[in-house]
Amino acid sequence: MAEVTFWQAIRDALRDEMLRDEKVFVMGEDVGIYGGAYGATRDLWEEFGSERVRDTAISEAAIAGAAVGAAMCGYRPVAEIMYMDFLTIAMDQFVNQGGKNRYMFGGKTTVPMVLRTQGGAGRCIAAQHSQSLEAWFVHAPGVFVVSPSNPYDAKGLLKASIRDDNPVRFFEHKMIYGMKGEVPEEDYVVPLGRANVTHEGDDVTIVIYSMMANLALEAAGILEQDGISAEVIDLRSLKPLDVDTILRSVRKTGRVLLASEGCENNNAVTEVAMRINEHGFDYLDAPMKRICAADVPIPMSPTLEDACIPTAPRIAEAAKELVG
Amino acid sequence: MARATKKAKRSRKKTAAKTPAARALKREEKVHFLHQMMQIRAFEDKVFELLARDVLKGASHVYAGQEAIAVGACSVIEPTDYITSTHRGHGHCLARGGELDRMLAELCGKATGYCKGRGGSMHIADTSAGNLGATGIVGGNIPVATGAGLACKFNGRNQVVLCFFGDGASNNGTFHESLNMAGAWQLPVVYICENNLYGMSVSTDVACSVKDIATRGVAYGMPGEIADGMKVLEVREAVARAVARAREGGGPTLLECKAYRYRGHSRSDPRKYRTREEEDHWHSRDPIEQFSNLLVKTRAMTRKQVADLHVQVELEIAAAEKFALEESEYPDPSELHDDVYVGWKKGPMGLEKV
Ligand SMILES: Cc1ncc(C[n+]2csc(CCOP(=O)(O)OP(=O)(O)O)c2C)c(N)n1
Ligand SMILES: [Mg+2]
Repeated sequence: MAEVTFWQAIRDALRDEMLRDEKVFVMGEDVGIYGGAYGATRDLWEEFGSERVRDTAISEAAIAGAAVGAAMCGYRPVAEIMYMDFLTIAMDQFVNQGGKNRYMFGGKTTVPMVLRTQGGAGRCIAAQHSQSLEAWFVHAPGVFVVSPSNPYDAKGLLKASIRDDNPVRFFEHKMIYGMKGEVPEEDYVVPLGRANVTHEGDDVTIVIYSMMANLALEAAGILEQDGISAEVIDLRSLKPLDVDTILRSVRKTGRVLLASEGCENNNAVTEVAMRINEHGFDYLDAPMKRICAADVPIPMSPTLEDACIPTAPRIAEAAKELVG
Repeated sequence: MARATKKAKRSRKKTAAKTPAARALKREEKVHFLHQMMQIRAFEDKVFELLARDVLKGASHVYAGQEAIAVGACSVIEPTDYITSTHRGHGHCLARGGELDRMLAELCGKATGYCKGRGGSMHIADTSAGNLGATGIVGGNIPVATGAGLACKFNGRNQVVLCFFGDGASNNGTFHESLNMAGAWQLPVVYICENNLYGMSVSTDVACSVKDIATRGVAYGMPGEIADGMKVLEVREAVARAVARAREGGGPTLLECKAYRYRGHSRSDPRKYRTREEEDHWHSRDPIEQFSNLLVKTRAMTRKQVADLHVQVELEIAAAEKFALEESEYPDPSELHDDVYVGWKKGPMGLEKV
């Protein structure tokens, strides 16, 4: 296995899928010669040319909607929206035209597209370039929501997303593009809807995803020093949600901390808590707890941005309070 | 609404006479334009230096090369008028009266900045000076400017709005929807497209359906004009004509100013998508050089005075740097939840009335 960075894993998945299936193509702002704002399409334009690696105008609604249309007509577009914050502009097309499509038309259409996007805080780029809006998409019927935390999952999940016949919103956190990890060169997929237990433990379950999943591993290390054994569940897909894996862990630990970088109010993990409540209430030894971003537009100033977002020590602290 | 309209007619008569289009410039005004352009350039050079040294966090889109547009356009309007800015907003902020020290403090995320350090580069604006804000969303402020134009039409005070945006923004739906609305409602807005040939790496040749963005005015029932965005007086004249038209009830204008972004889109941009020859060509038409040469040629300034002004600007920048980096504090984390809502604030159980 080779050590590759997160951005390379994304790029390699795109490349493999374009080589495997001529119906796959890439479009978005600055995905061509620039190689994507965070480098995830680097060298693809040189290899595949501007027909299959298409630079678009700054037209998010048309990017998402054109992906829907091309997908309905037999292609497998992978559209990139440069920042998750701009998904708000693409939202109508993706959610209303894409996500509802199959159902509205009596199950006769498919929309096999991926909307890749990048988000999250950590670079001091303020309220319109730092958000984590997955809750908005989890809410929408007909779309899947995927959020890898490391290079291996990124490559396997992106391949699975491209091959899936549903519209998938694929989220990459801006702070992990440089992260390195072991990634096989041969073909593999990480199936959608399967969570990953990344750290085993008995005292508390930390349910988490994306960049925060890496912080949870750090937090588990901190907790270990205090004699607390944490189990970390990296959700990988927020929809479909792997309820079984979560319940198996809750049965063991009886305590649940849910964490996310989205705003607290109506966060995507609130849904996870409700599933646990519905199907695993008897396993719980204490009320569940959550740690999310503050309910504020993300501030630019480093002191405020830091105060706004969960960190590894704060995740550990919250878990500690839960174990009591 | 009838009353407002009558009032608008009255005040229109009053201000139409003194629209700057018809007015010759005093020497001090010209020197002031040069001073402002030099300030913007020096500010952006400082920003680039601080970014490179990693003193400045975040992303800053710098305005170097486009100074003549903000300065020329803002010179036309009154303090009671409005502008809307973009992600490349330092120049607009300064041309609308922003001070270097509080601007730099904002970029550094300090509490003394114009937005208390919450906005940073992409949201820089002195909203008390008729600047409705800078936005990180490309095209995000074109509808906002349109709504401000509607308010101006309602209130009958004969105000106008200058709406700045890039060539790239003109491909977003917000542009097309807004211009249609302003055309249909005859709103007093001047839509100023700063065409610097690229939206990030994508050239207008690839991204746009038309060669000149000004031609898009036709679709929305408004005049589309082109000005040389490297010439401050030419921008000023064109904006003055459009403003006069708007104040007289003649509706909106689309004005395309052709210019060039000197620096990469961001610090890490290697500028692979454009040639060094193209860059040299535009540098040879530098707006500050051109204007100082003109002032010297017309004997409004001597070479020595131009050089002295450069020195003065360097001192102003040094003072701003000292203010932002040494004399200003970061906001206190306890202020995190301030100002999200009017009259309500986060408490232990959720939002509470304050
Ligand atoms: C809605 C939206 N899409 C994409 C971006 C990313 N982005 C920031 S600046 C920029 C280029 C903007 O081009 P233009 O409007 O020509 O302005 P310029 O940067 O050239 O001044 C892009 C694509 C954004 N900030 N907002
Ligand atoms: Mg541009």
